[in-house]
Amino acid sequence: MKIDSNITGNTIVVNLFGDVDHHSTDIIKNHIYKNLTPDIKNMIINLEGVEFMDSSGIGMILGRYKEMSEKMGTVSVTGIRGNMERIYTLSGLYRIIKSYDTVDEAIEAVKAQAGVYK
Amino acid sequence: MNKMEIKFDALSQNEAFARLAVSGFILYKNPGINDMEDVKMAVSEAVTNSIIHGYNDGGVVRIYCELNGNELMVMVEDHGKGIEDIALARKPLYTTRPQEERSGMGFTIMEAFMDRIIVESEKGKGTKITMYKELK
Repeated sequence: MKIDSNITGNTIVVNLFGDVDHHSTDIIKNHIYKNLTPDIKNMIINLEGVEFMDSSGIGMILGRYKEMSEKMGTVSVTGIRGNMERIYTLSGLYRIIKSYDTVDEAIEAVKAQAGVYK
Repeated sequence: MNKMEIKFDALSQNEAFARLAVSGFILYKNPGINDMEDVKMAVSEAVTNSIIHGYNDGGVVRIYCELNGNELMVMVEDHGKGIEDIALARKPLYTTRPQEERSGMGFTIMEAFMDRIIVESEKGKGTKITMYKELK
């Protein structure tokens, strides 16, 4: 698993690559904690580069959603497909976390929604 | 009939090995990509359960597979603490560890991605999950 992120304005885009399972979710969480500043209000978790994700990934996304919600922020996901999409639907996550095809689309939505993206 | 057995330490870094080993075992049957991905998903969930819930400080997870024609049987077994209430554990979104960001979807996913699953568990003795799937 590989991870990188970039911050523009008050939005962080977290790019995940490889396998997202119970082993890698701690690595992802640590990366996010290190890079998340108090002024970041929106998180986009980009799964375009992910080859495999199981329910540990669902738990990890749910955890980020809870944290961002506490500071009135948002979480969205991009690049979800195949079996990732099936478990995303099964878990009911799609009802609370918005999914977009691309990061650009997610950024546009964040801009439109909050009007605070710089 | 063809069979395969592996045993490995209950460490999170072995989750990827476990799902790739089982998907590698069925590869010669030329299963569709969907079947391969479904099997990887179900194995990952079962093995993660053994590692997280079965054992507190390490142990051994055993996977035993059989291919009868196109029917795959995957057994994931641990000698950990066992499941107190199997019916409750199988309920969607139920987790014994809400503080640890577990989704509670493990058994629901195994049921959705395999044709059928059997859960056997005894408190203090361990858990055995047997899953079946007809490969297409």
